[in-house]
Amino acid sequence: MALVAPATTDRATHITAAQPTSVSRGFVEQLRISSEYIAIPAIALVVAGALFAAFLMLVGKSPLEFIAYVWQGGFGSLFSFQNSLQRAAPLILTALAVAIPARLGLTMIGGEGALVMGGFTCAALAIPMVGILPPWLTLIIMALIAAIVGALWVGLAGFLRYAHGVNETISSLLLTYIGIAFMNFFVEGMLRDAANPNKPSTKQIGEAYMVGKIPGTDVHWGLVAGIVLAVLLYILMERTTFGFAARVTGGNIRAALMQGLPVGRLILICSMIAGACAGLAGFYEVAAIQGRANASLAAGYGFTGILVSFLARHNPLVIVPVAVLFGGLVAAGGLIQRRMGMPDATVLVLQGLIFVVLLASETLYGRFDLFKEAKLRERT
Amino acid sequence: MNDALATVLIAMLGGAIRVSTPFMFVALGECLTEKSGRINLGLEGTLVLGAMCAYAASYHTGSPWLGVLAAGVAGSLLGAIHGTICKLPKVNDVAVGIAMMLFGTGLAFFFGKPYIQPSAPRLPSIALGAFADNPGLKSALDVNPLFFVGIIIALLLGWALKNTRWGLVVRTVGDSAPAARAMGISVDWVRFLTTTTGGFLAGIGGAFLSLSYPGSWNQGLSSGQGLMAVALVIFARWDPVRCVLAALLFGGAGAIGPSLQAIGITQGYYFFNSAPYILTLVIMVATSSAKRSAKDMPGELAVSR
Repeated sequence: MALVAPATTDRATHITAAQPTSVSRGFVEQLRISSEYIAIPAIALVVAGALFAAFLMLVGKSPLEFIAYVWQGGFGSLFSFQNSLQRAAPLILTALAVAIPARLGLTMIGGEGALVMGGFTCAALAIPMVGILPPWLTLIIMALIAAIVGALWVGLAGFLRYAHGVNETISSLLLTYIGIAFMNFFVEGMLRDAANPNKPSTKQIGEAYMVGKIPGTDVHWGLVAGIVLAVLLYILMERTTFGFAARVTGGNIRAALMQGLPVGRLILICSMIAGACAGLAGFYEVAAIQGRANASLAAGYGFTGILVSFLARHNPLVIVPVAVLFGGLVAAGGLIQRRMGMPDATVLVLQGLIFVVLLASETLYGRFDLFKEAKLRERT
Repeated sequence: MNDALATVLIAMLGGAIRVSTPFMFVALGECLTEKSGRINLGLEGTLVLGAMCAYAASYHTGSPWLGVLAAGVAGSLLGAIHGTICKLPKVNDVAVGIAMMLFGTGLAFFFGKPYIQPSAPRLPSIALGAFADNPGLKSALDVNPLFFVGIIIALLLGWALKNTRWGLVVRTVGDSAPAARAMGISVDWVRFLTTTTGGFLAGIGGAFLSLSYPGSWNQGLSSGQGLMAVALVIFARWDPVRCVLAALLFGGAGAIGPSLQAIGITQGYYFFNSAPYILTLVIMVATSSAKRSAKDMPGELAVSR
C-alpha cells in the first residue's frame, strides 16, 4: 500500500509494534479482557430476545413456536441451512459495506442503494452481451460493472463527506432512494420485458449465463466471494499501514490530519471498497438468484447488513458467522409467515429490537470489573 | 399550450400544499430536537408508524381526529425510547436513529397488515377554492386543516424558542451542554423532552399521509419523506419558520411528477419521483461545507459531527 508516505509508514509500524497489548499480558488475561466484546453483544441478544418473546405473547403468539420455526426454517435441515447460507452471502457483502467506512468513523448506510444499482446496471448491460460473448467472460464483466457502479455510488457519499462536509448517513440513504427510483424508471420503462406482464423486470440473462452452485451444495459462489472478501478486508484493515491509517482517522480525525495522513483519500477509498462490496452483492442477486433485475433486488439486505455489521462490531471476520445467523432468520421468515400466520414484517420487528438493544448495550462497556486488566482492578 | 402550463402550475400549487404538510411536521419536530443538540434520524420510522396508527385508530373509532392523536402518541413513544436510550453514556444518537427507523417501520408493517384493505374515514379539508370556477384550482385549494396547524406550530415554536424561558433552556442545552449544566439544567431531561415532542410532531405528519394525502395505508406510503425532512432542517438553518418554506419547496418538487401526469405526460414519472431526493442532495451539498460548520448550527451538533 503506497498510500502513505514512507516516513509515516515506518512510524506507523513502529507504533503498532509498541502497543502494550499481548506483550505484557498473558494469553488467559488477554482472552478475559477481550471477551467483553463477545459478552456484551450476547447480553444484548438475550435481552432483545426476551423483549421479543414478550412482544409475541402480547400479540398472542408462542415464542417457543417462533424459535422452533426459526430453527426449522433456518438451520434444522441441510436444505434449510443451505438456504440460510444463500441469504448470508449478500448479508456478508452488505455488512462489509457498513464495516469498512465504520472503521474510519463514518456511518454509511447506503448498501441497499449500491446493491440495487450494481445489480441493475450489470443486468441491463449484460443483456446485449448474451449470446455474443461466452458466459464466463460475461459474468466477469458483469461482476466488474456491479462493483464499479457500487463503488461510485457509495464513493459519491464519501466524496461529498470529505469535500463538502455533507452528512454521509443522510446522503448515503438518499442515494439508496435515488438508486431504487433509477432502477424503477428503466425497469418499468424502456428496459421492461414485454414477455413478463405481471412484474416489471428486465429481460432474463438466461440459465447458461448464471453463476453456478458450489459443487456438492445448493449454495451459489457468492458465499465464497463474501468470505474471501471478508478475510482480505480483515487483513487490509488490521495488518496493513493502510488499515492502520484508516483506524487512526476513525479514532481521531484531527490527530490523523496533524500526522499528515491522507484523510480525504482514505475516506474515498474506504467508501469505494464499501460500495464495491454491496455492488457485488447485487451482482450475485442478479446472476445467481433472480436472473434479471426487478424490485426484488431491494429486499432489505442492505438494511439487515447494517445490523450485522454493528453486531459484529465492524470486524470483517466476525461478520461471517453473524451474517449466517441472520441469513437463517431471514430464511425462516417465510415459514413463520405461513405457519404462524404472522406478517412478513415480524423479522423486521425482531431485527429492529435487536438493533436498538444492541446500541443501548454500548453503555455497558467498561462497567464490569470482570473484563478489566488486573492492575486496574486492584486500584478500583 | 398555455392551458396545459396553467394546469401544471395549479396542480403543482395544490401538490406543494399537500405534499409539504408531512415534511413540515417532521421538520418542525426534528428542528426542536436538534435545537437541543441531539439528532433523531429515526423520524422516517416515526412517520410510518404514525401513519399506520392514525389509519387504524380512524378505522376503529370512526374519528380521523382521534387518529391524529393516536399518531402523535405513537410518535412520542418512539421519541421517548430514542430519548431514553441516548441518555445512557457512550451511546451514539445517529446509530440509535437508524435502529429506531428500522424498528418503527417494522412495527408499522407488522400491525398495519390488516389495515391495507379497509378504508378509514379521512380528515375533512377546508374548501378555500369555493369561489373559483376552474375545477383544477378548486381542488388545489382544498386545504387540509393540518396544513394551517403546522404553520401555527411553526410560528409558535419560532417565537417560543426566541422569547420564552424554556426556549432559552432548549437553546442553551443545544449550544453548550456544560453551560447548561452550570445553570443547573438537566441536559438529558431537556433532550428527552424535545425528542419526545419531536416524535409527537413527526407522528402527526404520518397521520396526514394516511388520512389526507395520499390518504390510504400501505407499506410504500412513505419512502424517505422523514429522512428528507431531517435534511431539510439543515437547509432551513434550524429556524421553524424557514422549515415551513423549505417544506413548501420540497412539496413543489414532489408534485412535479403527479402534476405532469395530470396533463398526460407520464414519460419519466419515476424520474420525477426521484426529484425530491436529488433536490435534497443538491441542497445538502450547497449548504454544507467541509471547512466550517453550517451557519446557525446548534453548538452541540457541531461537536458531535
